[in-house]
Amino acid sequence: MVYLPLILKRIFSALITLLIVSALIYGFLEMLPGDVATRMLGRTATPETLANLREQLGLNEPALKRYFLWLFNIFQGDFGTALTSKRPITEILAPKIFNTLILSGCAFILYLPLSFITALLQAYYKNKNIDISLSIITLIILSLPDFIIGTIMIIVFVVVFPIFPAISLVGEYSDFSEWFMALVMPSITLALVMSVYAVRMLRDNLIEVLDSEYIFMAKLKGLSKSTVLIKHALPNAIIPTLNITALNLGFLIGGVVIVEKIFTFPGFGNLLIDSIKFRDLPLVEATILIAASFYIFANLLTDILSIIFNPKLRKQ
Amino acid sequence: MTNTFYKKNQSELLLEMKDIQIDGFADNRWHKIIKGMNLKLNKGEVLGLIGESGAGKSTMGKAAMGYTQPGCKLVGGSISFDGIDLINISDQEKRNIWSTKIAYVAQSAAASFNPAHKLIFQTIEAAKKSKINNEKFLIKDAIQLYKNLQLPDSETIGYRYPHQVSGGQLQRIMTAMAISPRPELIIFDEPTTALDVTTQVEVLAAIRDIVDEFNTAAIYITHDLAVVAQMADRIKVLQYGEEVEEAETRNMLSNPKEKYTKSLWSVRSLTKPEEKSLDTILSLENVNASYGKSKVLFNVSVKIPKGKTVAIVGESGSGKTTLAKVITGLLPQTDGNINYNGKTLPSRLEKRNKEQLRKIQMIFQMPDTAINPRQTVEEIIGRPIEFYHGLKKDERKSRVIELLKMIELDENYLYRFPLELSGGQKQRVCIARALAANPELIICDEVTSALDQIVQEEILKLLQKLQKELGVTYIFITHDIATVKAISDEIVVMYKGKVVEQGMKSEILNPPFPEYTNLLLSSVPEMDPNWLTDLLNKRNNLKYKKEINQ
Repeated sequence: MVYLPLILKRIFSALITLLIVSALIYGFLEMLPGDVATRMLGRTATPETLANLREQLGLNEPALKRYFLWLFNIFQGDFGTALTSKRPITEILAPKIFNTLILSGCAFILYLPLSFITALLQAYYKNKNIDISLSIITLIILSLPDFIIGTIMIIVFVVVFPIFPAISLVGEYSDFSEWFMALVMPSITLALVMSVYAVRMLRDNLIEVLDSEYIFMAKLKGLSKSTVLIKHALPNAIIPTLNITALNLGFLIGGVVIVEKIFTFPGFGNLLIDSIKFRDLPLVEATILIAASFYIFANLLTDILSIIFNPKLRKQ
Repeated sequence: MTNTFYKKNQSELLLEMKDIQIDGFADNRWHKIIKGMNLKLNKGEVLGLIGESGAGKSTMGKAAMGYTQPGCKLVGGSISFDGIDLINISDQEKRNIWSTKIAYVAQSAAASFNPAHKLIFQTIEAAKKSKINNEKFLIKDAIQLYKNLQLPDSETIGYRYPHQVSGGQLQRIMTAMAISPRPELIIFDEPTTALDVTTQVEVLAAIRDIVDEFNTAAIYITHDLAVVAQMADRIKVLQYGEEVEEAETRNMLSNPKEKYTKSLWSVRSLTKPEEKSLDTILSLENVNASYGKSKVLFNVSVKIPKGKTVAIVGESGSGKTTLAKVITGLLPQTDGNINYNGKTLPSRLEKRNKEQLRKIQMIFQMPDTAINPRQTVEEIIGRPIEFYHGLKKDERKSRVIELLKMIELDENYLYRFPLELSGGQKQRVCIARALAANPELIICDEVTSALDQIVQEEILKLLQKLQKELGVTYIFITHDIATVKAISDEIVVMYKGKVVEQGMKSEILNPPFPEYTNLLLSSVPEMDPNWLTDLLNKRNNLKYKKEINQ
């Protein structure tokens, strides 16, 4: 593990980034006009009740102190209490995050083979009919926004051919088949939107790598076309694609918000929209912080993967 | 190989290529690259293919495997390898032959190894595919091959990645890779061209020993006559895709028949009488320089005589190019002084005035990358004329034409783009661009290394003519001793960032030699086919004596 120090360095800088992000989130939301007390009690509140509530919530303390208190509580797993439902935020978040993770996980599992197989096919049959038609298909999907793809899926598989339910409601008591039916359309939508970028990137990288001298050498060693492609070209073409994958993982967070809304999937994205709609400040803070950590973690993961895939990086 | 008497089994025919015709696609049409060539090779024999670039030697070498590169097609002829028709077999069968019976060694080892895999797995990959031996056996065998090829740390070197070993070592590992499946034929495609002379000797010896040991037949492709003289039993000379002549090595060297062959032979005899100059134009005093934390120049002191040529020689990594960068101000020295005509030259490029910049010009190794492909010859040469002398439009144009005449090109070249020029012509344009500033000192950084031998000679002659006419001083950076003999008055020998010695050509090139100069000079291949054998014997004796003395 010569590259362990490098990985530790990346993890450290990810933690620092997360800390800065948390300060920014707290700072920006603090800057919004009005405070939590006015928002909770509405316009009809009297100055006395407002003052009481502020005292109760500790809002009279300086902002910096409240930030550190907030941060300290988060470290202990306590995100505070939601304003609207008066329930602990952790309790609200946990099942939603769980649902979203299942959805994102399914999307990601579909994304990998979808991108790799398509790109490898295209590179293998470069400029042949298969390559050209796959290029056209990816280009079409690329130019469609995710909500259109989602809507088309609903029209096709719910309205015209009623196979899947229009509303993907799942919960604690759903069984496997209910989960399955609920997950198919949203995860395919997400996977499609993510993979088109990766496919184009990986195809071009593969074709570029296939032109290099070590590939020529591998061919003259008498290795089969698929060995050359998978063993010699892929490891060198994969690094730029990993970066796209990091962006894609980040996109997942943004993407689930829209996709969950279209398919009314009870996940994290829907929660984020609702919390903003109801001005539930602590809940907004918590959801955004989790979204940001997910994004940072995704980047960290691809950084580590590209270190592992690139022997030249390990020594530096 | 040259000692053919102990070769076994050299009479049995291994490869026969008849009337090979190959076309290549360029400029929207097909050109003939190989125009009906024959080639025969017996088992265990080494054939040298020699010629300038574009002669078709590499194409012919690859065709011997039944391979034509993309953009080329075989239009006629037959290839029979060990009784197998290499043209009319399936790709699958061809791949099986490549992984067992024919191997290829490429010019650039650094580019030919996959950066993502460890060396030993690439070494045994072809042999592993044929499933004759298991991986464990093959790894053991590869380590033994590394040992035979005198690679350091032969037990562990295979477990490194390509970027972790040097160019000379990679070239030897590539030879091990070729030998690993014990092929009957290896194609060596300029395997030592990218190496320093001192490294080249080791690689040549290693290749020769191992080819001898396994009695492998080989086609050895190179443009360097002296190298092919060491390696081949027979030599075939190619030009423009046709055979010029073929003969047994000793006959070919002592008695070349064709005019073209003789012209190849004569290039290396270019020499120039040395002249002394008492005026010094540039002097460096105790100059140190470093890239970031790593120090590359150590107390370098050099004097450059006015109107003469100083050759700076040394292997790659010796600090030759860094020295040029320090003189031009591209890399400011950390301490020490540079004096130009008795005055201190500011170390940073930005601090130098236009006159100081004008007086020192530079010509680079790769003319392809040193000129802008989107500018015409007029723009390329005209730019420094305008910048330094303020000439515009017609005045500028007539000056460009004047310069073109100096480099022996005519007005027709004014509106050409670099793409429409040959390598030699491009380098001429680079020379004209340097001259456009009216410099007093020109630094030539390996200006002929990327060119063919005959073109090299033309460029060297041109540079000498220009020096006579204009009185410019040259600093000539090179690793090629033949070039040094051809052009220099004085020589500076560098090794690991230090100056080993400086003096007149006659002093440096004649004994007594300091140890490193001796190593460098003795490593330059000579046309004598016994040169490599004699050199290795001499070095081994020396080593033996040293060990005994200890």
